[in-house]
Amino acid sequence: MLLDILRVRAKQGFRTMAYPDGPPPALLERFAGLPVVDQDRCSLCPGHCLSSCPVGAIEKNGSLTIDLGLCLFCRECQRACPYGVLSFGSDHRLGSSSREGLISSGDGSPPLALNERAAGLYGQVFSLRVVSAGGCGACEADVNVLNTLAWDLGRFGINYGASPRHCDGMILIGPVTPNMEEAVIETYRAIPEPKFVIAVGTCTVTASSREDFPVPVDLYIPGCPPHPLTILDGMLRFLGKVKE
Amino acid sequence: MSRCLATGNMESFPISQVPVLPWDDFLDWIVDGVVQGERLISLFHRRNDIVCSVLADDSRGSLSVAMGRFDGRSYRALTPVCPQAHMFERDMAERGGPVPEGHPWLKPVRFPRGGALGSSVGDMDFYRVQGEEVHEVAVGPVHAGVIEPGHFRFQCYGEIVLHLEISLGYQHRGVERLFEAPLSAGQAIAAESIAGDSTAGHAGAYCGAMEALARCEVEPRARAVRCVAQELERVACHIGDIGAMAGDVGYLPTSSFCGRIRGDVLNLTASICGNRFSRGLFRPGGVLWDIDDSMAKDLLKSLARIRSEAADAVGLLWSCPTVMARFENTGVLSTLDCDSLGLVGPAARACGVTRDARHSFPYWSYRYRPIRVAVESGGDVLARARVRWSELENSFDYLEALLSDLPRSSVMVPAGELEPSSMAVSMTEGWRGEIVHVAVTDRTGKVEDYRVVDPSFHNWIGLATSMRNRGISDFPLCNKSFNLSYCGFDL
Repeated sequence: MLLDILRVRAKQGFRTMAYPDGPPPALLERFAGLPVVDQDRCSLCPGHCLSSCPVGAIEKNGSLTIDLGLCLFCRECQRACPYGVLSFGSDHRLGSSSREGLISSGDGSPPLALNERAAGLYGQVFSLRVVSAGGCGACEADVNVLNTLAWDLGRFGINYGASPRHCDGMILIGPVTPNMEEAVIETYRAIPEPKFVIAVGTCTVTASSREDFPVPVDLYIPGCPPHPLTILDGMLRFLGKVKE
Repeated sequence: MSRCLATGNMESFPISQVPVLPWDDFLDWIVDGVVQGERLISLFHRRNDIVCSVLADDSRGSLSVAMGRFDGRSYRALTPVCPQAHMFERDMAERGGPVPEGHPWLKPVRFPRGGALGSSVGDMDFYRVQGEEVHEVAVGPVHAGVIEPGHFRFQCYGEIVLHLEISLGYQHRGVERLFEAPLSAGQAIAAESIAGDSTAGHAGAYCGAMEALARCEVEPRARAVRCVAQELERVACHIGDIGAMAGDVGYLPTSSFCGRIRGDVLNLTASICGNRFSRGLFRPGGVLWDIDDSMAKDLLKSLARIRSEAADAVGLLWSCPTVMARFENTGVLSTLDCDSLGLVGPAARACGVTRDARHSFPYWSYRYRPIRVAVESGGDVLARARVRWSELENSFDYLEALLSDLPRSSVMVPAGELEPSSMAVSMTEGWRGEIVHVAVTDRTGKVEDYRVVDPSFHNWIGLATSMRNRGISDFPLCNKSFNLSYCGFDL
């Protein structure tokens, strides 16, 4: 028995990724990351991309902008553009510490995710209560996956806690359905000050602009669902643990 | 005249062909069908006086549809004679449809604002057991882990659970309304997020319904790519679940290996469409991404490696006597309970029931290249774990066969307009079980009624039943062995 475990263990090998000391894991060729827009060539058409976007994430006032907080990365716009102006690059860095930071002009620069205050407070341990409030389960899965041995979230000093009273903040997933509003507010109140809220997933980010959204958001991580690397990168840059 | 219209999976028919029966005949038709072994797979209130129902005959692979004309406000409930109807009747009443008199536990299902059964979420009479040493344990809606919200109440006598009542609705988003529109990209995107871990299952069922209504024949290669996506989804989730079950009994080798292997499978899906959850792959008319020959080769290579690693990781679990002792006879469901409650998916197949839409109502490639159905007996956690492993092996075989022989054709054809005043029933076998979408168009060809039944809709009561007379500490394990969806239920 024990020998079997050791044999399988040896075959499995060491799986925790080298990142952030080494390079981040290579993302797949068809991955849709930070959008890239060739603004110079974007004056040629009446805006097929605008009408193709199912969520109205694209605007054109002189130059073209994509709101990553609305974007589902479905690439309808890329397919609609006859001139190949728009594409989705391989950059996974999408997290932003401000909602405006998510308005991308497609120049290749990732949004700024650093929160000086959080970075100063949580050098060692950052404990988060994860609350799902109308998410479809996909973001929950990829938030959870960071706890597997390939990602090993704990080595960054970040963990998911069970009680909000023992946490420093909240990962919020989902647009906060009416039936979850009270639970979200109560959970938020139970977290001691100072506290930070991380909105994961496009539906959460989109809903956070609502006037009656029940909690203030400090870090926005868009994507439907965001890649685990996007979520991890957002949290690490938020805390100043990765600088670029 | 026949009492119903016979149809098949992913076929459309004019709504005028569906018989509209007097109310009592309609109820008799449902009860007669269920007594003869058919299953109630959809029951919904269409408008003021019309209720529509679909029955499935697994042995013949046929569906039958009928409508009932209802006058009044209430009727004699089906549930006491046909427990399969219990959730459908509550759902119908909550949405303002006919109220079932004599329903044993008529309470809200999703607690929508302004719902006809009233009360706000979780606020209802829970089943109560009285007596000395009886106590109640209430959990949720926010659970301790990274998981969707729901509220659970255990009535306990010491350690023993006499009854578990599950109250959901916290994730209720009103997603069905998003389909009541002309064919659009937004609908496909909504279908993808009905239950996030079942994207291929739900987006597939949506596409099946739309293509039937548009009379659009999907190309063979697109059918194969869809089956690849559905099987990859199944493989990823079953591996994750077996790992989670191992974790719940503290057997860490399998738990940690499986957690990682699951991610590798999700990455295979991402190599096809860029997204780990098949987002942006299924669209009416086909698929948006092709699997070219070199990609198929790479996928085959990765799958062979993953299969061997999964066999190692799960093999450790089977060879650990303490784990087996913990799984065996835990959370037992009888075949009788499974059938009367109308359970579906691996939970039903673990009770010895051959119930699999890929087998009984074959669609896409499953029609031309049948897939084996995994069935186990025992109805306990062990049987549910074993069914998952057998299904994994079947899925690996199927993926190998599909990917080494992809048909040559395009992967997308224009879907065209939807037929007016028509209806279609579309079933796929998601990894949790059978997914049913029913769509009805109006006179202009716009979808006017869209109903989704996720396997969780049937199976939550199975979890509650499996906990009866069990120790409360068995709950996490029983829960993982079902691993049901909250948002798929709450809609």
